[in-house]
Amino acid sequence: MDFDLNDDQRLLRDSVDRLIADRYDFEARRRFTAEPEGWSRANWVRFAEQGWLGLPFTEASGGFGGGAIEIALVMEAFGRGLVVEPYLASILLAGRLLEEAGEAALVRRIAEGELLGAFAHLERHSGWDLEDVATKARPRGDTWHLTGTKCVVLHGDCADVLLVTARTAGAQRDRDGIGVFLITPDAPGLTRHGVPTQDAQRVAEITMSDTPARQLAFAGDALATLERVRDQAIAALCAEAVGVMEQMHATTVDYLKTRHQFGRAIGEFQVLQHRAVDMYVALEQARSMALFATLMAAEADSPRRRAAISAAKVQIGRSGRLIGQEAIQLHGGIAMTIEYKVGHYFKRMTAIEEMFGNADTHLEQVATAESIL
Amino acid sequence: MDLRFTDEEIAFRDEARQFFREEVPEAIRRKVLEGRHLSKDEIVHSQRILNARGWAVPHWPRAWGGQDWTPVQIYLFQDEMQQAGVPPPLPFNVSMVGPVIAEFGSDAQKLRFLPRAANLDDWWCQGFSEPGAGSDLASLRTKAVLDGDHWVIDGQKTWTTLAQHADWIFLLCRTDPAAKKQEGISFILADMRTPGIKVRPIQTIDGGHEVNEVFFDRVRVPRENLVGDVNRGWDYAKFLLGNERTGIARVGTSKARLKRIRDLAKLELRAGRPLIEDRRFREKLAAVEIELKALEITQLRVVADERGHARGKPNPASSILKIKGSQLQQATTELLLDVVGPHALPLAAQDEGNGRNEPGIGPEHAATAAPTYFNWRKISIYGGSNEIQHNIIAKAILGF
Repeated sequence: MDFDLNDDQRLLRDSVDRLIADRYDFEARRRFTAEPEGWSRANWVRFAEQGWLGLPFTEASGGFGGGAIEIALVMEAFGRGLVVEPYLASILLAGRLLEEAGEAALVRRIAEGELLGAFAHLERHSGWDLEDVATKARPRGDTWHLTGTKCVVLHGDCADVLLVTARTAGAQRDRDGIGVFLITPDAPGLTRHGVPTQDAQRVAEITMSDTPARQLAFAGDALATLERVRDQAIAALCAEAVGVMEQMHATTVDYLKTRHQFGRAIGEFQVLQHRAVDMYVALEQARSMALFATLMAAEADSPRRRAAISAAKVQIGRSGRLIGQEAIQLHGGIAMTIEYKVGHYFKRMTAIEEMFGNADTHLEQVATAESIL
Repeated sequence: MDLRFTDEEIAFRDEARQFFREEVPEAIRRKVLEGRHLSKDEIVHSQRILNARGWAVPHWPRAWGGQDWTPVQIYLFQDEMQQAGVPPPLPFNVSMVGPVIAEFGSDAQKLRFLPRAANLDDWWCQGFSEPGAGSDLASLRTKAVLDGDHWVIDGQKTWTTLAQHADWIFLLCRTDPAAKKQEGISFILADMRTPGIKVRPIQTIDGGHEVNEVFFDRVRVPRENLVGDVNRGWDYAKFLLGNERTGIARVGTSKARLKRIRDLAKLELRAGRPLIEDRRFREKLAAVEIELKALEITQLRVVADERGHARGKPNPASSILKIKGSQLQQATTELLLDVVGPHALPLAAQDEGNGRNEPGIGPEHAATAAPTYFNWRKISIYGGSNEIQHNIIAKAILGF
């Protein structure tokens, strides 16, 4: 039992921390989000040079064989910097799915940063359930054709390849009969509409009408693979959330020490100190559960893995709400302004809460599973 | 980074588990798990079983029976002990006065008191709080004045847990009324049979008798019963309070209680179905389990951090353990109350202390639900209330 990083992990952490500190301050980020795609291609090249884009992939597919710990180190730093580049969408979702499907050539290009992927699974009435798929895949000739609409596709507007879930058989919520299909955005019958998100990232709505697609082949059940990749992405998101919360807390404590009212720093008021302590407790509990998620992300026993990941997402959601809301409240009016950074962390935190299941849905998962204790 | 324990650590844990379950009488452990009060004899008996194995004071210096365990071993030992319902060795002996004497006492004091404290031959109680000195402990007024070879003690202590069983009391007394309030305090040991000491019970809202007032009226204590230097008592008290850093979360105790709650929720019916099948109840249970899992990992982080730096400054995360640990222990008592519902209402005969012996009514397991809920409100008050813990974190960690 230890929480130490090995030498390689320490080097990785130092390099990503340094890049975020040097090149990703609040003003720089504002410039990145103002670029035409809403993020910076130059940053993406830099991430590729650092090897971060290949981090989760095996060496056979051009990666660096990193695991959940390495991913968490990167994501926590990305949380601190509010990084807007499509790391989650292209690397942790699309890239990982392609790797699971044995698409080494595509994974290699993704790892080199020359190809972007996105994962399209949400639908208007699917909630967050991966198995709730109304989009239909029909075979015609020697290829599949997809019809349906996918919502809130993370970075779906810039992706060069889209990985789309569609139903080859069964009813809308059946666990069987779900396939993952590869589509290029120029395919016939496909339209996509990209918009910025509340937290200055990008999403797209993608409509397919009899759009030709190639089915990916997984070693096992496609849904089980999707769930595993999704769970690993949640673990990464939990790490990002810790970075976000840490910044909200640190910024708030700093502010309380410098803001003067009634002739003194407001941080001298005990009522405010205690609320900052409650934020700190919530932060450390979240940090512990993000670690738990990281260390359980590769767990082969899928019910145990899912319960652990869900438990972490509940804690992250609850701590995130408390820390985010208190960060705004303790700052007062300044935090309501778009020029001030805390509100941007608050918005990212809110987005994370609503991705891949909110606290309530994951609590239900934990409640129906074997005890996590 | 790895949450798994080594093979040696797992072997150690299994050894502890087996010992607790095989050697400590099941009747005693069941009482603990069910939240019933133990008699003095049961507490003494249990501690002597541990002491015979060399396990009553594993964290003491080796010369006085310590085991030189790693922080991980201490963690595993406490966790297993809590989960098995083994009464912890009397904290006043093993976590409070023992370490202070071992660190600051004279050789004669060590020889005289430490072996007997480890074996619970002497039962110690803690004379810190006073009616006017609770959270603001340093404002205590009980005074000790040197008169020849004796300290003469006058004053009053309160919240003195299990003083009714005690042979000895360690107490903080003001020995220099002119000094700044933390600087005029000394740490003195007194035999409870000394003339002038009077113990008066305080009945608590659960109906139990755990705590007492202790009065000192011209109590003459031999001069050699001063521990360490005169007027340095505040430092020793801080050492004492900082001595136990990880056990205070009592994660194992909460785990055992949640297991019991799950078991009982299978027996209790709501709308004709076992309560455990009720979705809302399960979600409440799951919410507590998630927080407890988080606390367990927070505790492991503290344990991992202690390894390597021997008795350095505490990990910031350790300050959370008391706050969150007490909240979660209290949350389990609320869940238990939810499980038994109206059957919590009848006042049952208790094991001892309330002076009533008539048989109770209703299911036996319901009898302790309400008293435990009432009694455990104390957990966020004693040992530095959660508000004091907030002050500590605000100052020491957040830098306010």
